[in-house]
Amino acid sequence: MERELRLMKGNEAVAEAAIRAGVDGYFGYPITPQSEILEYLMEANPVETTGMIVLQAESEIAAINMVYGGAGCGKKVMTTSSSPGISLKQEGITYMAGAELPCLIVNVVRGGPGLGTIQPAQSDYFQAVKGGGHGDYHLIVLAPASVQEMADFVDLGFELAFKYRNPVMMLSDGAIGQMMEKVWLSPHKERSKTAPEWATTGKPPTRERNIITSLELDSDNQEKFNQKLLDKYNVIRENEVRFEEFQCDDAEYLFVAYGTSARICQKSVQIARSEGIKVGLLRAITLFPFPSKRISELADKVKLILSVEMSAGQMVEDVLLSVNGKIPVFHYGKMGGVVPTPDEVVTFLKSKIIGG
Amino acid sequence: MAEVTGIKEIIKPENLVYKRTRVMTDDILHYCPGCGHGTVHRILAEIIEEEGLQSETIGISPVGCSVFLYNYLDIDCQEAAHGRAPALATAIKRLLPDKFVFTYQGDGDLAAIGTAETIHACNRGENILIIFINNGIYGMTGGQMAPTTLPGMKSSTSPFGRDVESMGNPLKMTEIVATLPGTYYVTRQSVHTPANVRKTKRAIRKAVQYQKLNKGTCFVEVVSNCPSNWKMTPVQSNKWMEENMFPFYPLGDLKNPDKQFAE
Repeated sequence: MERELRLMKGNEAVAEAAIRAGVDGYFGYPITPQSEILEYLMEANPVETTGMIVLQAESEIAAINMVYGGAGCGKKVMTTSSSPGISLKQEGITYMAGAELPCLIVNVVRGGPGLGTIQPAQSDYFQAVKGGGHGDYHLIVLAPASVQEMADFVDLGFELAFKYRNPVMMLSDGAIGQMMEKVWLSPHKERSKTAPEWATTGKPPTRERNIITSLELDSDNQEKFNQKLLDKYNVIRENEVRFEEFQCDDAEYLFVAYGTSARICQKSVQIARSEGIKVGLLRAITLFPFPSKRISELADKVKLILSVEMSAGQMVEDVLLSVNGKIPVFHYGKMGGVVPTPDEVVTFLKSKIIGG
Repeated sequence: MAEVTGIKEIIKPENLVYKRTRVMTDDILHYCPGCGHGTVHRILAEIIEEEGLQSETIGISPVGCSVFLYNYLDIDCQEAAHGRAPALATAIKRLLPDKFVFTYQGDGDLAAIGTAETIHACNRGENILIIFINNGIYGMTGGQMAPTTLPGMKSSTSPFGRDVESMGNPLKMTEIVATLPGTYYVTRQSVHTPANVRKTKRAIRKAVQYQKLNKGTCFVEVVSNCPSNWKMTPVQSNKWMEENMFPFYPLGDLKNPDKQFAE
């Protein structure tokens, strides 16, 4: 089947992409600004076509634990939510990291803390990238910057989740989730008919029983398991870094941004260059693993880095670690659901160039 | 040595009237002497073997004393976060509808932290079996007050006895789920005498067979004891259970489809 061009919201694109990616189960709970995902899937009723199960759970907690159960059977299962709901899911997420279960979790971020706002924000970076739940673990974090990427990262997310037996988070925001853009949808993939060898599908006489658990009472064994996870995360750091560079070749200054902020910065680059300021943009596509190595290399070439986020300054900490004091690093951000304009970003950059 | 030889002489096929089910593993049960968990595990394992379901079963263990259920039963198992077993079971059964799916949960897991998951799985009528072991106390963490702790009953967090005015009343979850249209078979049993063990086995076997009908949730409560945290001998604890637990949690069927059909 051919690819198909549609005009869709980011949220709708995730839902349609899930059906086309051969997802086995979706478990969700309504929350703004991502309820369209559950609504779209209920309307599409894919159980009649691909056999994909869609269920509205009684809470975000139940939804993520349904994902745990389905993932433990080796199925492609996912959930989506927005910031307050993602906080509720953290218990299930850390259990899945501990049980090494693959799944996709989409966070269409809104401003916080608490109930916060329903407008777009990037203030869940720490939660997504640094853990979120208890214990030493990492999610693989993908940051889409377009409706197209919200669709594409469903498939990519599952590919990485199964490759590493690790939960994957797509860290979007209310702007990309709600805006409409053209999107090329991939052809339908068949749902998998086989299960990985570790999945709980009923123990045949030909193999030992499979157990999905994150419990280990012996601290020495737990440490060995922690080391195994760490080794896995290091392989991911080595192999899965994704980023995009925009006019970095001759740049004297550099923006680092992801998602909606990266789109704004792309415009800021054009504005600044029209005024003779040579700026480039590094757009992080994976937030874990973070493109530290490339940022460090660019720090040898540029005079100053501006980390632009719709937060109080979260990713900037990873930029600072990457740069390791070689050049000045600043943060520019808007909070509470406020989206910065390209001009505001340029004005801030200029103040730092003059100030520097 | 003479005794061992004696035993070997006795163990002959014609003398065997009972043997351990092969669905139980060789692991040594960690349960306290007199605890009902081992008995319910064995019943479950026997039924899985007798019904030929070993390759069809996915079990879900809770957080609590029976967290290591998966060490004792030779079946595929998932270990759930505290209280979330019915959510796991919901997805597993919907994704693998031909499999036999059960949860095994204690009173703290099912009736406190997992209240929402329990009620909503039952209300959706998920085609799963929920086995609910109710001993009125948190066993693994050392005898704290549970949602099912009886009025006046002492625990480490109700050292002067459960004061219902300030601590609330014990929750009769089995009565609650029996009112939900999604449940198909709801019963309360015990395993403190051989006769009751047989009744519980019959109840669980029925629930296993009902799951094949896809008619809704089957819910089997087993009122049990906790000699260690009740601070009694096993015999005393069974007597105390009969005198105190059974009047509050009466044994018998709360919802029996066979009887409904008969009527």
